[in-house]
Amino acid sequence: MLKGIFLIFLFQLVGEVIQKLLELAVPGPVIGLLLLLLALLLTRSSKRSFKIELETNLTVASEQLLAHLPLLFVPIGVGVVMHLSFLESSLLKVLAVIFIGTVLTVGFTALVIEKIQNWRTVDD
Amino acid sequence: MTDEQKLYSIWVYLQAEPLFWLTLTVGAYLAGDFCYKQTRLFPLFNPVALGIIIVSAVLLIFNVQYERYFDGAKFIHFLLGPATVSLAIPIYKKWELIVANAKAIVTGAILGSLFAVLITYALALGLSLDREIIISLLPRSVTAPIAMGIAELTGGIPSLTAIITIITGIIGAAFGTFTLDLLRVKSMSARGFSIGLASHGIGTARAMSRNDTAGVFAAVAMGLSGIVASLIIPLIIGILQI
Repeated sequence: MLKGIFLIFLFQLVGEVIQKLLELAVPGPVIGLLLLLLALLLTRSSKRSFKIELETNLTVASEQLLAHLPLLFVPIGVGVVMHLSFLESSLLKVLAVIFIGTVLTVGFTALVIEKIQNWRTVDD
Repeated sequence: MTDEQKLYSIWVYLQAEPLFWLTLTVGAYLAGDFCYKQTRLFPLFNPVALGIIIVSAVLLIFNVQYERYFDGAKFIHFLLGPATVSLAIPIYKKWELIVANAKAIVTGAILGSLFAVLITYALALGLSLDREIIISLLPRSVTAPIAMGIAELTGGIPSLTAIITIITGIIGAAFGTFTLDLLRVKSMSARGFSIGLASHGIGTARAMSRNDTAGVFAAVAMGLSGIVASLIIPLIIGILQI
């Protein structure tokens, strides 16, 4: 697991450095995600024990990190609640736009996806 | 020292320690999780929304500055970065499924992002919000760092966009599942994808905590919608002369 954590930190670090160097709008961790995905896909056919061990390590580490993903959003969410006064008199209108807009977007997108019948391959 | 003074000095000590705020954050989240599992009825009763409400209530009641709380809770916040990177592993494991659904994914990302921006514009215009607020609202379904970048580029207020984006995430996580149940959407990939597209990381977190396939498709949607939105929002603002 520790090797997995190390690799995840390392890819984030590389992602952050690339983001800063190239002044990209994409956040560093997302660049790290893409690089790690690329590395995994490129070495996919490799049967070397070293690569298999790393992959197992990464799996364990990612399962631990992702098990309670929503928890990680609590601190920043509290920040939003504490700064709601920022919106002043527009608060209710903005909340209405967000609520209606989000619910409709979820529904619309799900229906579009379901309509495209390529979705037959789904395994769930 | 009187008992009251002693109590006060303990409180002063605890306030300055990360441990207290970390315990509160995890405890509030677990309490939210418990309520969610007990009821499963009211959408706002989900772990992340309830956790936020409980912590905020404690801070407001005891008059604690957010900065003081965050100084402790930042250790949890820090894990967001590594967690984002580690999404690569489940995506990698479902790679065949993603490639097989490439057409639906790309179409869904484009149409869904377009819909998200246009419906937001229409609603904001209908409620006659100020132009600056409207522009700040447009990128709200994209992950916060990207949304803030778009807002800055297009003449919005980035910090306002950050707040709006997080609220969008919480609402998507809280009411997304409810909406999908109402529409009888069964496919886990369609469910995850739509929640990830409409409510980025917080929605993805929610999808991931319920179903692997849904979580992976939410993550893919979040990534693609970030790219699509950065391309179309400046265009839409130009075409509609917002």
